[in-house]
Formats: sequence, C-alpha cells, structure tokens
Amino acid sequence: MSPELKARFDAEVKNHKIVLFMKGNALFPQCGFSARALQILQQHGEVHTVDVLADPAVRQGIKDYSNWPTIPQVYIHGKFVGGSDILMDLEERGELADLVAGKSPA
Amino acid sequence: MLDPNFIRERILGALPGSEVDVNDTTGTGDHFEARVVSPAFAGKSMVEQHQLVYAPLQQWLKSGELHALALKTYSPEQWKKLGSR
Repeated sequence: MSPELKARFDAEVKNHKIVLFMKGNALFPQCGFSARALQILQQHGEVHTVDVLADPAVRQGIKDYSNWPTIPQVYIHGKFVGGSDILMDLEERGELADLVAGKSPA
Repeated sequence: MLDPNFIRERILGALPGSEVDVNDTTGTGDHFEARVVSPAFAGKSMVEQHQLVYAPLQQWLKSGELHALALKTYSPEQWKKLGSR
C-alpha cells in the first residue's frame, strides 16, 4: 500500500468517531451487507462513509490496512471493529453502544 | 473433509480451558459454526477474539479445506451475562 493511501486511511479513521467503508454511499448502498451495517450504525450516531467502489485502490487497500478480507468494514474511535457479522453480533449483545461510548469489552 | 471434533481440538489446543462447540452447518465437512467461551478473550475486542480462533486453523482455511467458520465468541464474563439466552 502506498504511504499516501495509508495516511488517508489513518486520517479517515482518526477524524470521525464512526467510519464505515462500504459499497456505495449512505444514500445508495450497493450491497445488502453494507446497507445493514449502515442501518445499525446510524442508530448510534453520525456515520462517516467511504465508498470503496469509487476507487479500486481503496477497495483493495482497506482490506490490507485492516487485515480483513471483506467489505463492509467498521472503525469506531479509530479502532477496527469488524465486518457486518461482528457488527450485528455486537448490536444483539448490546455492546455496540458501549463501544461508541468508548467503553472497552468485558 | 474435516469433522467438528478436529476443529474443536485445534481451537482447544490454541485456547486451553475454553468451552468449544462446533457444528457442521451443511453436512459437507467444510462449513462450520463454532461457539467459543474462553478466558483468553477477556478484555479483547470481537475482532481480536475471532483472530485468536482463526489462528490455529489458518492452514485449513488457506488450503480451502475449511471453507467457512462462523464464530460466536465470548469471554466467560460476557457468556455469564448473555449466553444463557
């Protein structure tokens, strides 16, 4: 990954509390998993989205950056949280609100 | 073709003292789901917990013999709080 791209990811996840790397954007999600992730996150605050379909370098780059093979990907408080399965699981357990509030897991 | 007990043994080897349940979800020996309750998960994020379970299975994930492993992971504390549901 180029240093420029890494710097861009660093800035994206640092400058917003909730960041969702997704297919499409908040108005037009282009994948069911991305749409679901967005919907869950929006209940917890403002979500900054990055459309990976807009740039192939970003689409591959975020997988390398997170060391995670699929999209969507969620960052909260600059920390990688996971993909849509983990997000749904966290929401089900009531732990997502804690994460957004900055509390660490039990 | 893998069986649930093989997966279970690999996970237990990496995370001793865990409680591990593995199911073959499709009956084809390559798609599994697992519930793991481990003291090693305390204070770890869910991604970190999943990575700890995937680690001893990398070889089979890479070869494609293990196609999918859906995970539910809990620290004993989390399990006490939620697992009984």
